Amino acid sequence: MPEKALEQEVKVRKKKQSNFSMVWHRLCQDKVAVTGMIILIILVVVSVFGPLIPSLDPYSMNLAEQFQGPSLKHWFGTDDLGRDIFARIVYGGRYSLALGFIGSLFTAIIGTVLGTIIGYFGGAIDNFFMRVCDVWQAIPGQLLAIVISTTLGAGFFNTILAMSIGGIPMSIRSTRAMCLKEREMEYLEAAQSYNCSKAKIMFKHMLPNIISPTIVGTTMSVGGTIMGAAGLSYIGLGIPSDIPEWGAMISAARSYSLLYPYMMIFPGLMIAIVVLAVNLFGDGLRDAMDPKLKK
Amino acid sequence: MADLLEIKHLKKYFYVPAGTNHAVDDVTMKIKKGKTMGVVGESGCGKSTLGRTIIRLHEPTDGQILLDGEDITNVKGKDLRRVRERMQIIFQDPYASLNPRYSMDEVIREPLKESGRYSRKEIDERVQELMDYVGIEDRLRYSYPHELDGGRRQRIGIARAIALNPDFILCDEPVSALDVSIQAQVLNLLMDLQEERGLTYLFVTHDLSVVKHISDDISVMYLGQLVETSPTDELFERPLHPYTKALLSAIPSTDIDHPMKRILLKGEITSAINPQPGCRFAKRCPYATEACLQPQVLEEVEKDHYVSCCRVKEIND
Repeated sequence: MPEKALEQEVKVRKKKQSNFSMVWHRLCQDKVAVTGMIILIILVVVSVFGPLIPSLDPYSMNLAEQFQGPSLKHWFGTDDLGRDIFARIVYGGRYSLALGFIGSLFTAIIGTVLGTIIGYFGGAIDNFFMRVCDVWQAIPGQLLAIVISTTLGAGFFNTILAMSIGGIPMSIRSTRAMCLKEREMEYLEAAQSYNCSKAKIMFKHMLPNIISPTIVGTTMSVGGTIMGAAGLSYIGLGIPSDIPEWGAMISAARSYSLLYPYMMIFPGLMIAIVVLAVNLFGDGLRDAMDPKLKK
Repeated sequence: MADLLEIKHLKKYFYVPAGTNHAVDDVTMKIKKGKTMGVVGESGCGKSTLGRTIIRLHEPTDGQILLDGEDITNVKGKDLRRVRERMQIIFQDPYASLNPRYSMDEVIREPLKESGRYSRKEIDERVQELMDYVGIEDRLRYSYPHELDGGRRQRIGIARAIALNPDFILCDEPVSALDVSIQAQVLNLLMDLQEERGLTYLFVTHDLSVVKHISDDISVMYLGQLVETSPTDELFERPLHPYTKALLSAIPSTDIDHPMKRILLKGEITSAINPQPGCRFAKRCPYATEACLQPQVLEEVEKDHYVSCCRVKEIND
């Protein structure tokens, strides 16, 4: 009898599945994650191919048509200079998505790698880097971004750098905390006993078991990065204001928000959709990567 | 029988904020080839640390470890890799000792891959062979640790440990996390392995009935120090050190004609952080005198029976 019970419980895997195909398979079974993924794909496709449509022009001003509400001609209305907001959103997707994703990924990768190394070795290394992080975090994030942005000058990649550097210590901290817990696990000692290299122990054994909070945290930070970059644009740093970036559009619309709220609503909605989609996808990804969760 | 391992005055200290933790302090023992050395003692007495220092998972603070006569105390790099392959470990907790993201196949495969001695095809065959040997069904080959019960998990742990054909295996309480029926399975598997492959075990446990069953020799530890070491039968018949006597008296007796006479120890186990010189058991020992505050030496009282107690003769006469 117990044999039979086990038979039902354990899914018999006939073949070795590669990790990627297994994660992919599980991800596809998760409807919520698939929804997030589809939304993201649509957004990326529109951002990449949208600007190829010749009738969309985000730069041409037409003062005769300024501050128009949504209509058939201008789907999302026009802004203070009479530029078509829909066209600007399509064009802006390139910058905003790239900024949000690259910025958050950069933070997560640097933070996770450093955090894992610091957490694994512990001791004096840990102490030193944690104090560095303390100092780092004592500087308000936006202020740090302003300093970096001023030093490096305006521009797309400089803005990404300015936005991501402030988030690194937090990412280091959370990874390190997970490492401290995981470090005590005996499977790491077993790996050491059969001569796994330290790098392999850290990144092949330990990292997959501590990455979940980072995945969720990274997806949450995408929206923050886009908005933070908007803040920089607002004070004339960051991305130059003529580039139709979503955050910059929100900043620019602030002065008109009471009279013409749609100027702010549409780019804001886009950021919200991106954040939601990334979150849904990230949640699903985390679950798909964990073999313990069974569907 | 030749000695596979010889440990001389081995010390392992940990430096903690409260001082120096003498986890293993001046332990000397010999482990015979193909035999099982049991190490018993209460929690926190340094049994596991001793084992892990011997197989070079911890850096020894002082002393010497000889494997087949070769000094391996400070070997590094290539030599360390070679030495580690000869000495493997089986853990107490079969949950924590398997990576939750590794399938059974990967768990056994990895040591073979790391050794770099086998081709892919050889590894495939060897994984199959090892799974058959420890009795894990084929259908479970690609299952994950959380899908299996403790006994099966522990057998995978054993398969991983024997994958590289080691000479020596440190069994760190391998059965104390399992329930009794499975304990027997695992112990039998370990004993079969020893018989077939001539393995040498260092069997760390606090379970006296298990250690009596499996060990050829037993070492008793108290707070990082070895207090008594002797062949198993001899130790259970004639314990000489007062601590060993107390420890053995705690085994429940099933003989109603000879009810157990427990020796109750007063006081608590003291800390191994910055200990006083002298016998560490002195504060709880019913026979303690002034002389016990001097450092104690492990002496051969009878053949193969070593005791570290200056009053051993008076007490046992």
